Amino acid sequence: MPQMTMVQAITDALRTGLREDPRVVVLGEDVGLNGGVFRVTEGLQAEFGEARVLDTPLAENGIIGGAIGMALYGLKPVAEIQFVDFIYPAFDQIVSELAKFRWRSAGQYSCPVIVRAPYGGGIRGGLYHSQSPEAYFAHTAGLQVVIPSTPSDAKGLLLAALAGEDPVIFLEPKRLYRTIKEDVAEGVFHTPIGRTRTARSGEHATVLCYGAMVPVAVEAAESAAARGWSVEVLDLRTLVPLDSGAVLDSVRRTGRVVILHEAPRTCGYGAELAALIAEQALTSLQAPVLRVTGYDTPFPYTLEHTYLPDAKRVTAALEHVMSY
Amino acid sequence: MSVDETLHQVLDVSGRAIAPVPDVPKEDLRRLHRHMVSMRLLDQRMLSLQRQGRIGFYGMATGQEATVTGSAYALRATDWVFHALRETGVCLWRGTTLEEFICQLIGNAGDVLIGRQMPMHFSDRRVNSVAWSSVIGTQLVHAMGAAYAAKLQQHDTVCMGYIGDGGTSSPDFHAALNFAQVWQVPAVFFCQNNQWAISVPLSAQTASSSIAIKAAAYGMRGVRVDGNDLLAVIQVTREAVERARAGGGPTFIESLTYRMGGHSSSDDPTRYRDAAQVQYWEERDPVRRFETWLRSEGLLTDADLEQWTAEVQDEISRAITSAESLPAPPIESMFSDVYAQMPAALADQMKYALALGKGTHVEGAFPL
Repeated sequence: MPQMTMVQAITDALRTGLREDPRVVVLGEDVGLNGGVFRVTEGLQAEFGEARVLDTPLAENGIIGGAIGMALYGLKPVAEIQFVDFIYPAFDQIVSELAKFRWRSAGQYSCPVIVRAPYGGGIRGGLYHSQSPEAYFAHTAGLQVVIPSTPSDAKGLLLAALAGEDPVIFLEPKRLYRTIKEDVAEGVFHTPIGRTRTARSGEHATVLCYGAMVPVAVEAAESAAARGWSVEVLDLRTLVPLDSGAVLDSVRRTGRVVILHEAPRTCGYGAELAALIAEQALTSLQAPVLRVTGYDTPFPYTLEHTYLPDAKRVTAALEHVMSY
Repeated sequence: MSVDETLHQVLDVSGRAIAPVPDVPKEDLRRLHRHMVSMRLLDQRMLSLQRQGRIGFYGMATGQEATVTGSAYALRATDWVFHALRETGVCLWRGTTLEEFICQLIGNAGDVLIGRQMPMHFSDRRVNSVAWSSVIGTQLVHAMGAAYAAKLQQHDTVCMGYIGDGGTSSPDFHAALNFAQVWQVPAVFFCQNNQWAISVPLSAQTASSSIAIKAAAYGMRGVRVDGNDLLAVIQVTREAVERARAGGGPTFIESLTYRMGGHSSSDDPTRYRDAAQVQYWEERDPVRRFETWLRSEGLLTDADLEQWTAEVQDEISRAITSAESLPAPPIESMFSDVYAQMPAALADQMKYALALGKGTHVEGAFPL
């Protein structure tokens, strides 16, 4: 089995998709000859041609709106937004159009568009190359929101998204693009959308997290183990649909929960998780549900590692729930 | 590609042919006129239904019958239409029945869209009309993308994107025309310039010398047509559609017309526009103009008009009766089609809603 970084795994998934299904097209800014600013689409235009791997003019509303039209007419477009921070010119096309086509047409039209976008901080990208806007999309009925944290999951989830019939917002933790290398199976395989992954098993506390925060949680769990605390790390993998069964199972077993995301706190996805746990697992809780998140400020440049949750902050939260 | 800002006409204001008439079979000429007559009668009847509180909202196309009907005529049944509020007449031309249309206005169980959208947001895949939102201009990029897909799959489909004069200020208009010309897709962008975006006149919408001239910015072919001249609309649209079909790329058409009524049943245009202007356009009425020409060609008689009017009124009456007899859509219909398969969490919400039953109806303080 070949070893791949997340970038290589996503390229492999796109290549596999383009090979297997003539309806698949890839479009976005600089995705053609240049292979994308992160090189995710490297070599795809050379292999599949300019008609299926398209450089677009610089307009995100045109990219997503165009992808919608392509999907309506039978294609399976994978649209790249160069940085998710640039997605807002397409926000209307995503939330008013893409998300609602199946419903508003009473099932006559569907829009299986995949919107790929690198998200998150830690790359010295400053305010407009670092944000985590997943909650906006998780709030919109009709979208699925997928965030892998490993190369293998990135490939398996992207291929599952391509095989699906509904739109997917596929957020890629760019901080992990090249930091992890692991075995990734060749050819087609699907990692089911809507299933968590247990990144680390444990009995005393649960950390719920996704994307770039998964390795942070694992690091904190490892240091907690030295103190005799067995911490479970659940990688959600998909925010919509949420594998609420797996979340609640873990919470009921451990009774202690820390929710971790780098997006700002207020109305972040963690609030939804905390509400779910309060509604359905209150009597299992041994401690308040804590959130470790980015702050309710814009994303800073110089102080980004103060803004971003690290293992130290997660450990402090774990200490609180363990000693409550 | 050049832009021709000359207003193309076949008939003058009095209904006299001043240019070669496009090749249209005589029976079609009569059908086209009957369709325009039925659109106008439908507007009158539906506005009256709205005033009686039997439907919630209505948007008229009165004054725009020729631009709607002529552009629809230039398309094949296999072509796709990305339209909006003022183009339901295109669907009716392509085979939508009056009852289907009225069911959508009511939002009942017989509505193709099962009551999910407010009145006048009709669409139906059976006539290749694509579902649209109320956000202005957004459908134009879909037309561009679909046209790209048709081209990639080597289909001979043309995608027709409709927009109004106000919509040409939107970001999606700009993206659609720009992408379409760069990619040379088989699309036609058809602007019904009725000169009013609710209360905002064209002069406050754009400082361009015309709407058509905007095509020049994209290197696109642009043409301008008298939208109240059915024959000219057919001629210009047909040329654009067949050019797109043959691989000649997109065209942007400005069809100059006038919105004789309000923006919708909620709008009172006397608040913002002069009666003299309305009178000026009343004299350029598209239905009367074409009628005059048909009579001069011996293709229309008083008896025809009487018969058509009676037939259409009867069809509308029967469609209203039938549509009003249908129940509201069931509660379950709110929950399906959000995704291809209903997620477990949504199924739980549906169970909860079904157990509660229908909600308490409270009329809004300011119903749209």
